Amino acid sequence: METTVVESPVNYVNHRHTVASWLLTYDHKRIGILYLIVVSTAFFLGGIFAALIRLELTTPGGDLLSADVYNRMFTMHGVTMVFFVLVPAVPAVLGNFAMPLMIGAKDVAFPKLNLLSWYIFTIGFIFTVVSMILGGVDTGWTFYTPYSSEFSESHVLITGVGVFITGFSSILTGLNFMVTIHRMRAPGMTWFRLPLFIWALYSTSLVMVLGTPVIAITLLMLVFERGLHLGIFDPRLGGDPVLFQHLFWFYSHPAVYIMILPPMGVISEVIACFSRKNVFGYSFVAFSSLAIAVFGFLVWAHHLFVAGISPYSALIFSFLSFAVAIPSAVKTFNWTATLYKGAIWWKTPMMFVFGFLGLFLIGGLTGLFLASLGLDIHLTDTYFVVAHFHYIMVGGAIMGYFAGLHYWWPKMTGRMYNDTMGKLAALLIFVGFNLTFGPQFILGYLGMPRRYHVYPPEFQVLNVLSSAGASILAVGYALPLFYFLYSLKYGEKAGANPWKATGLEWTTQSPPLAENFPVTPVVTEGAYAYSKREMKVA
Amino acid sequence: MPNGTIAAHEEHHGHHHPALQHHFQDLDQQHEAATLGMWLFLVTEVMFFGGLILAYTLYRIWYPAAWAIGSEELNIYLGGFNTIVLIGSSLTMALAVRSAQTGAQRATVGWLIFTIVLGLTFLVVKFFEYKEKFELHHVPGPNFQFEGAESPHVQIFFSLYFALTGVHALHMIIGVGLMSTITFMAYRKRFTPEWYTPVELGGLYWHFVDIVWIFLFPLLYLVDRSHHIV
Repeated sequence: METTVVESPVNYVNHRHTVASWLLTYDHKRIGILYLIVVSTAFFLGGIFAALIRLELTTPGGDLLSADVYNRMFTMHGVTMVFFVLVPAVPAVLGNFAMPLMIGAKDVAFPKLNLLSWYIFTIGFIFTVVSMILGGVDTGWTFYTPYSSEFSESHVLITGVGVFITGFSSILTGLNFMVTIHRMRAPGMTWFRLPLFIWALYSTSLVMVLGTPVIAITLLMLVFERGLHLGIFDPRLGGDPVLFQHLFWFYSHPAVYIMILPPMGVISEVIACFSRKNVFGYSFVAFSSLAIAVFGFLVWAHHLFVAGISPYSALIFSFLSFAVAIPSAVKTFNWTATLYKGAIWWKTPMMFVFGFLGLFLIGGLTGLFLASLGLDIHLTDTYFVVAHFHYIMVGGAIMGYFAGLHYWWPKMTGRMYNDTMGKLAALLIFVGFNLTFGPQFILGYLGMPRRYHVYPPEFQVLNVLSSAGASILAVGYALPLFYFLYSLKYGEKAGANPWKATGLEWTTQSPPLAENFPVTPVVTEGAYAYSKREMKVA
Repeated sequence: MPNGTIAAHEEHHGHHHPALQHHFQDLDQQHEAATLGMWLFLVTEVMFFGGLILAYTLYRIWYPAAWAIGSEELNIYLGGFNTIVLIGSSLTMALAVRSAQTGAQRATVGWLIFTIVLGLTFLVVKFFEYKEKFELHHVPGPNFQFEGAESPHVQIFFSLYFALTGVHALHMIIGVGLMSTITFMAYRKRFTPEWYTPVELGGLYWHFVDIVWIFLFPLLYLVDRSHHIV
């Protein structure tokens, strides 16, 4: 595969220029870019809500936001970040762009459906933004009944419909990816030659396809109940609000794996490339993705330990929640073993990987505290939970997303960004993140509940630390926006393979041709043949 | 586009079927991808209805008496008639697929139209069933009226009745729209024994919606009826 790439001046970015050629494109690479734009907008929006929350919490009194506005802020922060950033970020942006390239296909199996998914996603996002402009929602992103169905005076209906619509984008993307991975692989690309990112996307798609319809029908039931006065969860009729929680978490817990599995796939790609080694225990890493996807469906009730479920089922769900730690640990150990005796190349994507490893480790281990039945009673609905899931979702998923974005950016745009700035951003994010969420573990342990806009004065020091960390984090997240945009015009030309990486996406030019490869590639070796290559770097 | 690419492009796409999309190697690959995609879609549909059926199961276990009373309020004759109509439409659908497979183009159009007519018949009957419920104030909400101590639980039964049959009816409406498009394509002689994927996949969807009803009919109309038959 070691050939020089004939560069064509025409590529997927410049072969057509009109706005319509972007908005009506069937090209998976362009659709990936379209997702990037919407997801980045949502990330920025969600960040503003987070900033307001942290500003409010710098003082014990409620001086910036009223209790009601504060409720809306954390709800909209959650809704935006979960449904419009974390779920689509890696699969819809990086997966769309890179997956067909990585398996040697011309496109995904259903290009029109792919474009439709983006439109559905965007329409769902517009619904949600409209509800925000009208005044927002105050139920928490979990929409628990009967508050959401009966008592809340905020715009639950519009937001609910928005999230419902967005769910279909996720379903269709998952379906598209599964069929693509099954049917569109290049000759010689066997399952065990697939890059681990593809295994991760496949497992994620499985969760999207099986889980998302359940949240769709659950939100539809909520909409029926609120809008049409059907009584499915209404306790006055003998309905069961806990049923809503079961249905909600049947999707929303696996959704955590939708958020974390694809970034885990990114980590495998990046860590192999920048250690110049095969991923240690390829098949274990591949199957641990599937194991996480399967186990992930069997742990949802650990969100309901204090909701009055039977102690026997709580026992089983607690055990299964511990069990999910096994495949996650398999991955972490294998990545660490990959680093061992590797020729570590200190580039920006790798910096994000190191950040991921540290933060995911803390996030994962604190999850075990919450899976323990006794301890969970003390920690439920405290800042400990908030810190835990931010370590997984932001520390894990967003770090992985940034690692991937920095890894494939030269492929997407054909330009290199400033590596020093990239490393600085990674460092700022890592430091800022720990400063923001580290103190929240202690706050939670000391008993500070989540979702309150006032707190006792003795918690102020830790809250100020947290808010200070958030401002560093904000700078860290804003930096890439500038150096990425700068690189588009002034960045060095990347060439086909700036990282000297294996993988089919690096055998075609950057940015790739509209049809990806001049001729369909034929695969003759595994995904990470770094040891076979004489490719000294740095 | 570099020269090599054009050559490769023409090599692969020299004399291809008009329905073959550019990113597939051949019709077989395209057909297999589409079929797998449709089956996966049906899996998502199973999960979608599954959420409602879970709610149904929970409350049926909790409130068996209300379920028995509620189900007796449903019109078993109209429901039974609709069941026969839908099973019949699955037969005509299967015959449409068979005709497309053998290249009988006029028969394909005929069976598809027959299927659409049966689908519309179902919807019209459903409309009259709903109308009756509105007149009797059996629609959940502020105007719900039902005699007896089980009234609140019966309201949950009717909530699930409307949610389940409503979502099913929506699928029927989408199905009729889908069939109309496929009929138009068949009328324009777009299908050959070599390529009739839309008819086959439309058929899969239609059968699925039919099977959902095969579950809904006993769950809603026949539940516990044997104990209460007069």
